[in-house]
Amino acid sequence: MKSAVIVFPGSNCDRDLAVALELVTGAKPAMVWHKEPALPQGVDFIGIPGGFSYGDYLRSGAMAARSPVMRAVQDAAARGVPVIGICNGFQVLTEAGLLPGALMRNAGLSFVCRPVRLKVENSQSLFTSQYDSGEEVLFPVAHHDGNYQADEATLDRLEGEGRVAFRYLDQVNGSARNIAGILNDAGNVLGLMPHPERVVEPAHGGTDGRRLFEGLLETVNA
Amino acid sequence: MKARVFITLKNGVLDPQGKAIHHALEGLGFSGVNDVRAGKLIELDLADATSDSDIEDMCRKLLANTVIENFRIERLQDA
Repeated sequence: MKSAVIVFPGSNCDRDLAVALELVTGAKPAMVWHKEPALPQGVDFIGIPGGFSYGDYLRSGAMAARSPVMRAVQDAAARGVPVIGICNGFQVLTEAGLLPGALMRNAGLSFVCRPVRLKVENSQSLFTSQYDSGEEVLFPVAHHDGNYQADEATLDRLEGEGRVAFRYLDQVNGSARNIAGILNDAGNVLGLMPHPERVVEPAHGGTDGRRLFEGLLETVNA
Repeated sequence: MKARVFITLKNGVLDPQGKAIHHALEGLGFSGVNDVRAGKLIELDLADATSDSDIEDMCRKLLANTVIENFRIERLQDA
């Protein structure tokens, strides 16, 4: 699998994501600076990492979503290349219009930084095939703007089409219907606030995130 | 030519920051505040030829997230 991790000024989970990808796939991802107009040839997976791109100026993810490389990411996503956006990456994907809805300030106003219990709602996606449907997993969250909101019609459509990939089992940030992660309509773009890349080896205190990357590897290689 | 863009949360969108400001006002003893909504003001210094639709385009493409926000443009005369 030839993967790329996009790096914005202010990204801070790019290396964690690169380490997780290398651990699972055996190959180092290409680190692609946001000013690049194109992705490396033959990239078959794109990761948009967490962090505070552009210092969260204007709105979280707003500036990053308009940077040059995102046009290439949008083209790749339209061709069916799998794209994952984690935390700030999820905010970037909604701002770029690749995923519906918006991520607003946490309802409790506090930065939330702790492991949270999630339910895998859809185990049929190319990101979640290694999980059981309804399985409970523990991923860390670390965000200030994770409060997922969309209009009722959009939320109903996401639920009806099985596009809610992960749901919080406890109240974390005020997200509508406790949504933690969603898929695009084609199923090749996943955005989620929790950090699977931070739970891929026992020293992390858990390995629940590892299967996300393993499932992805299997799909891409299939 | 200068223009101001006012960005506000759409009706019905929960505003946790507005709520916190509301609570703080109450804590300071200001009674009679029914609700608080927080927004943004962006001032643009523009070439004179900039059209209304150019400014609207800027709002739609970057300044506002129209999923959750409304915007209002105010042109300032000779500011």
